[in-house]
Amino acid sequence: MNPVRLIYSEDFLHYRFNDSHPFNNKRLKLTLDLIRSFHLLDENAILAPRLATDQELTRVHDRDYIAMVKEADSGQVSCNQLQKYGLDTQDNPVFPGMHTTSALIAGGTLAAAEEVMSGRAEHTLNLSGGLHHALRGKASGFCIYNDASVAIAHIREKYGARVLYIDTDAHHGDGVQWSFYGDPDVLTLSIHETGRYLFPGTGNLYERGHDHGLGTSINIPLDAFTEDASWLDAFRKTVPRTVDRFRPDVILSQHGCDAHHYDPLTHLSTTMKIYREVPQIIHELAHKYCNGRWIAVGGGGYDIWRVVPRAWTYLWAEMTGQPLAEERIPQTWIDQWQTFSPVSLPKTLHDPEGSFQPIPRRSEITQKNQLTVQQALRLIDLVNSHIDG
Amino acid sequence: MLVEEIMHSKIYSVTPCTSIQEALKQMKKHHVRHLPVIDGDQLVGLVTDRDLRSASPSTLAPKELQELLKRPVSEIMVAPAITVHPLDFLEDAARLLYENRIGCLPVLKGDRLVGILTETDILHRLMEIFGVNHPSQHVEVEVEDQIGILAQVANIFSDHRVNINSVLVEGNPAKGKINLVFRVQAKDLSKIVRDINRAGHRVLWPQHLSGPNQGEMT
Repeated sequence: MNPVRLIYSEDFLHYRFNDSHPFNNKRLKLTLDLIRSFHLLDENAILAPRLATDQELTRVHDRDYIAMVKEADSGQVSCNQLQKYGLDTQDNPVFPGMHTTSALIAGGTLAAAEEVMSGRAEHTLNLSGGLHHALRGKASGFCIYNDASVAIAHIREKYGARVLYIDTDAHHGDGVQWSFYGDPDVLTLSIHETGRYLFPGTGNLYERGHDHGLGTSINIPLDAFTEDASWLDAFRKTVPRTVDRFRPDVILSQHGCDAHHYDPLTHLSTTMKIYREVPQIIHELAHKYCNGRWIAVGGGGYDIWRVVPRAWTYLWAEMTGQPLAEERIPQTWIDQWQTFSPVSLPKTLHDPEGSFQPIPRRSEITQKNQLTVQQALRLIDLVNSHIDG
Repeated sequence: MLVEEIMHSKIYSVTPCTSIQEALKQMKKHHVRHLPVIDGDQLVGLVTDRDLRSASPSTLAPKELQELLKRPVSEIMVAPAITVHPLDFLEDAARLLYENRIGCLPVLKGDRLVGILTETDILHRLMEIFGVNHPSQHVEVEVEDQIGILAQVANIFSDHRVNINSVLVEGNPAKGKINLVFRVQAKDLSKIVRDINRAGHRVLWPQHLSGPNQGEMT
C-alpha cells in the first residue's frame, strides 16, 4: 500500500500576522505533539514542502497581486496601495517574509497534490493549507495565497483530472469557489454557517457556478447555532450523493475546525463528534470512487488549545488507517502545554455527553437546515444530469 | 436614487384598438404583467393582466362568448393611469405603488412615455442594496439617538483598519435609541466588539463575543 504523507516544516509557524491575531499556527505544534503522544506519527511520513513558483501562483492569482505581496514587507509601499489588495487591514496585516511563507504553504499543498496524483502516496495532509478566502487579486480573511486553488489548478493542468473540493470550515469557501466557478471539471462543495451574519457573506444555495461550470458549485448554508445532529445530517445527506453524481478522480478536502462550540469567531455549536466522523466519510468515499486519491488540508480553527489539536489528530488518525474513538488524552501532552494555555485543556479526545448546554432554538434550527438540505439535494441531483441524458 | 436610474426604457405597449386577445398574447410573449396603452405618442391608459383576464370569458364558456376577446382594450383599460417622472425619487415611486396597491408606474417626461417602473424593479434594487458585494460580515449596534453617534462608531472600525461596505440607520423611537446595521470587511470582530462596548454602546450582533468567552483565546 502507498504511504500517507504529512507535509510539514517548522517554517509554517512564520505565518503569523501579529501577536494578537486569531490565526495562530502554534496550533500545528500543539497538534503534532498530540499526534505524537498517541504514537501515530512515523517520522518518515513527514515530507518537507517546497516553494510554489510564480508560474504556479499565477494560475489563480493576478501578477500585480503577487508583486504586491512580495513588496509588502519592504516598507516602501503606501497603506493605500496595500489596502487595495486587502493588505495592511485588521484581518491581513503585513508580516515579514509574507510572500515566502505564503508561497511555502501553497507549495506544501502542491506537494501534497503531486504525491497523490503521481501515485507515490495514497493520501496526503497539509495542515497549514486551506487558506480558502484568498481571492485572485486580493488577500481576504487571513488568507494570502489560495493554496487549495493553486493545487487544484495544477492538478487540472498536469493531469486533467476531475476534482471534488469539500470544505467543512464554518466560513464559506469563497476563494476556491470563485477560482473554479466556470469549470465543469471542478466541483466545489462548501457546508458552512450562513453568510447572513458571518464572514464572508456568500455561500448561498443559488451560487451554482456559471457558463460551463453551472451546477458544479454546491453550497449548504446552515443556521447559526447549529449543533452536531443537524450538521451531520446535512453532511451525510449531501456529500456522498454529490460524489456519486460527480464521479471525481480525486478529492481535496478542507478541514477548518471553527464550527466547534468553543470557536470564538463563528456561531456554529458542534462538538468533536463531527471532526471524528467527517474524515471517516471522506476516507471511505475516496476509496470507493477515487482509487484512494485524497488530499487534505487544514483551514480555520481559532481555539488553538481545546479544538484544533483534537480535531486534526482525529483527521490524521483516520487518514493513516489508525482511527481513534473516544480516548483519554495522554497526560504528557496536557502536562507539556497546560502552563501555556489560558484555558483548561480537555482530558479526552471527544467531548463527553453533556459538555455543552443544548441550544434553546434547536428544533427551529433543525427544521430550517432540513429545508436547506432538501433544496441543495435538488441541485445535487442536477449534477452531471446532462451526461446521463 | 432616481426613477430614471432603475426604470426600464424598453417598453412594450398596445394601442386603444388592440384586442384583448392580442394584448394577452403580447404579455405572454414579453413576460410582463402590464402594458401601457398609447395613442400616437400619448399615454392614454394602462392594462394589467388581471384586467384582461377578468374581461376574458372562461375557457369552458361556449364558443360565441369567445368573441369577447376581440373587443378593444380601450374598453377595459385604467385611464388615466397613475404615473411618475424620471426625476422622481425611488422612495416616492414606492409610496405610490404601496398606497394605491398597484404594481406598475408608467414614467412620463412631459406627455411622452419614456419608461416603466414595476414593484419587481424596486425589490431588485433593494436586493442589491442589502446584498454582499465584498467578503464582509454583519455588525449591529444599539446607540443613543444623538448627533455624531454614527461617526463615533464608524471611527472604531477605522481605528482597526476595517472598511465599511454598507450601513443602515434604523430608528427605534419606542426606546429612544437607534440601531446601526453595518456590513464590514472583517473576519475577526472580537477587538471591534470589545471597543464598541467599551465606548458605551450595545452590540446586538455578534452575540457570543459579548459573553464570558470573550478574549479567552488571545
